[in-house]
Amino acid sequence: MKDNAGINRGRRTLVIASACAGSAAAVASAVPFAASMLPSDRAKALGAPVEADIGQLAPGEKMTVEWRGQPVWIVHRTPEMLEGVKKDDDKVADPKSLRKQDELTPAYARNEYRSRDPKYLVVVGICTHLGCSPQDRLKAGPEPFASDWEGGFYCPCHGSLFDLAGRVYKNKPAPDNLRVPPYTFLSDNKILIGEDKKGA
Amino acid sequence: MAAAEKQPVTISGVGPLNGAMSGLLTWIDQRFPLMDLWYSHLAKYHAPKNFNFWYYFGSLSLFVLVLQLVTGIFLTMNYKPDAAQAFASVEYIMREVPAGWWIRYMHSTGASFFFICVYLHMFRGLLYGSYRKPRELLWIFGMLIFLCLMAEAFFGYLLPWGQMSYWGAQVIVNLFGAIPFIGPDLAIWIRGDYVVSDATLNRFFAFHVIAVPLVLLALVGAHLLALHEVGSNNPDGVEIKNAKDAKTGIPLDSVPFHPYYTVKDTFGVAVFLVVFSIVVFFAPEAGGYFLEANNFIAADPLKTPPHIAPVWYFTPYYSILRATTDDFVRWALTPGVIAFAALIIWSVKNTVVRGAVGAIAALLLIGFFNLDAKVWGVVLMGVSVTIFFLLPWLDRSPVKSIRYKGPITKVALALFVVTFFVLGYLGTEGVTSGRTVAAQIGTAVYFLFFFLMPWWSKMDKCKPEPQRVTGK
Repeated sequence: MKDNAGINRGRRTLVIASACAGSAAAVASAVPFAASMLPSDRAKALGAPVEADIGQLAPGEKMTVEWRGQPVWIVHRTPEMLEGVKKDDDKVADPKSLRKQDELTPAYARNEYRSRDPKYLVVVGICTHLGCSPQDRLKAGPEPFASDWEGGFYCPCHGSLFDLAGRVYKNKPAPDNLRVPPYTFLSDNKILIGEDKKGA
Repeated sequence: MAAAEKQPVTISGVGPLNGAMSGLLTWIDQRFPLMDLWYSHLAKYHAPKNFNFWYYFGSLSLFVLVLQLVTGIFLTMNYKPDAAQAFASVEYIMREVPAGWWIRYMHSTGASFFFICVYLHMFRGLLYGSYRKPRELLWIFGMLIFLCLMAEAFFGYLLPWGQMSYWGAQVIVNLFGAIPFIGPDLAIWIRGDYVVSDATLNRFFAFHVIAVPLVLLALVGAHLLALHEVGSNNPDGVEIKNAKDAKTGIPLDSVPFHPYYTVKDTFGVAVFLVVFSIVVFFAPEAGGYFLEANNFIAADPLKTPPHIAPVWYFTPYYSILRATTDDFVRWALTPGVIAFAALIIWSVKNTVVRGAVGAIAALLLIGFFNLDAKVWGVVLMGVSVTIFFLLPWLDRSPVKSIRYKGPITKVALALFVVTFFVLGYLGTEGVTSGRTVAAQIGTAVYFLFFFLMPWWSKMDKCKPEPQRVTGK
């Protein structure tokens, strides 16, 4: 009680109030700095769709196009490869592409082969674990990491495996299937990646 | 006036200049606490007289810090933080700038030597209990320096814009993406783009050359101030302040830091420079451990190199990240958390603590079954680094120094060091199922060392500490 003698309570209240207001202003001043680290308008605008010509893509082969700075793979699957995808159903973690559908699998790819046209697989070639780009192991046959391999992709960073529909194998570091980007066929030989016009 | 009350500074030994020097120093000292600083941090900072080999690495770390700052400044004179030019500008430094290769190799070798010195410096702390009361805050400042150093190394590694730079940054930034809810947006915010790009390179450059070094310097200052406040520990782990000269108040087992340890540390720097120069001139890549072959290929966002690994100083933690699979969460983490919670509840009588431990354990278990193993890998990696902060409170041994600790501590520490090296080695190698199991065993040993320390450090049969430090 004695310690409080002679304290100007009104002034102390004002000091506390102004210190609080000042602190709030100081914290708010972080806004422009934090905001400046977000993607710039230019970075956002660079997400334009890209066209891929698949006329030269032979059965069993893969091509890569760059979309938004990421590799997008297009694989021309043979009937044997499609058979392999079917056989993989019980080896993969999410055979029916049920997880995070909005993000990973557009409506037209929610099928066995995760594609509009079973012949052509179109996926973003970035592992859903930590973002490495997996390597091609397109041919079926024994591999060091899997004795009965039906063809697919192997991520060198942390050993995740994906089948020829971009579906992740069970008990691997990657939690999800490879992302299917929005895409549409402009003609038999042209794919537009980054846009999926409705009804196309 | 305060200035007039100060004693004039008198020095001798510079011959005919004695008077002039004394006058100059007096003039400064009356306007700046020059002599106070000189005495309190050097000439009258009384350090234990029994420092040994392990005590070189503090001053060596400081030396490497200066080396990195100086070489770094000169590298920025020719480096271009632009995704289109960065790789070429590093090659330009290497091939066309006079002595550019020399400065660049000093900087890249310096990074690895910085970690060598800091790891040995930390190991010294583990050996002699240098983190124990009253040096907890000193240890915490040191750990913050270590975290800054890791950030500095990570940001710096992107700058050459090689394949390893690019994919290393890609993996580490994506670690933040694993955080539930905010992760993906946080990763975009860190990169400033949807992929690692020019924006990322530019900001990492800003962090590497300005932001982190400033914080690092401030922390080094705080670390030294805290050290000089509590005084240095020593290989015997007994306080020299307990035996002071009755008249002067100076600890009997001490020597002034200057000239005794300044001379010793200068010798240390000379030996260090011999080793350092051998690496810089004859093996700057150190067989791929200091500079990785893949980083001599320009970054290609469409193609990950066949084998990617972080630089050696990050590999123990990286191994822990990779070891955390679904099976590991299910068969090691889940029973581990249950057993550890039971152990705490059994040995602590306080109901609040018991309740809190039970609640935390329950939350973790719910998390184990609902979140991806990837999240827990990131969590374990984070804990494996930050757990060192808790050492002052985990170690409950009655003595500080390994010299007086019993067999349990010696075995535990030896096992920990071996585990650290094994995890470090595994982190540089590709994944096979055998190596994953080895890394999982290593991860378990790593965490058991820390989490069971309160029990094993107390159980250990220690020898009595001497009254005074040993050695002449």
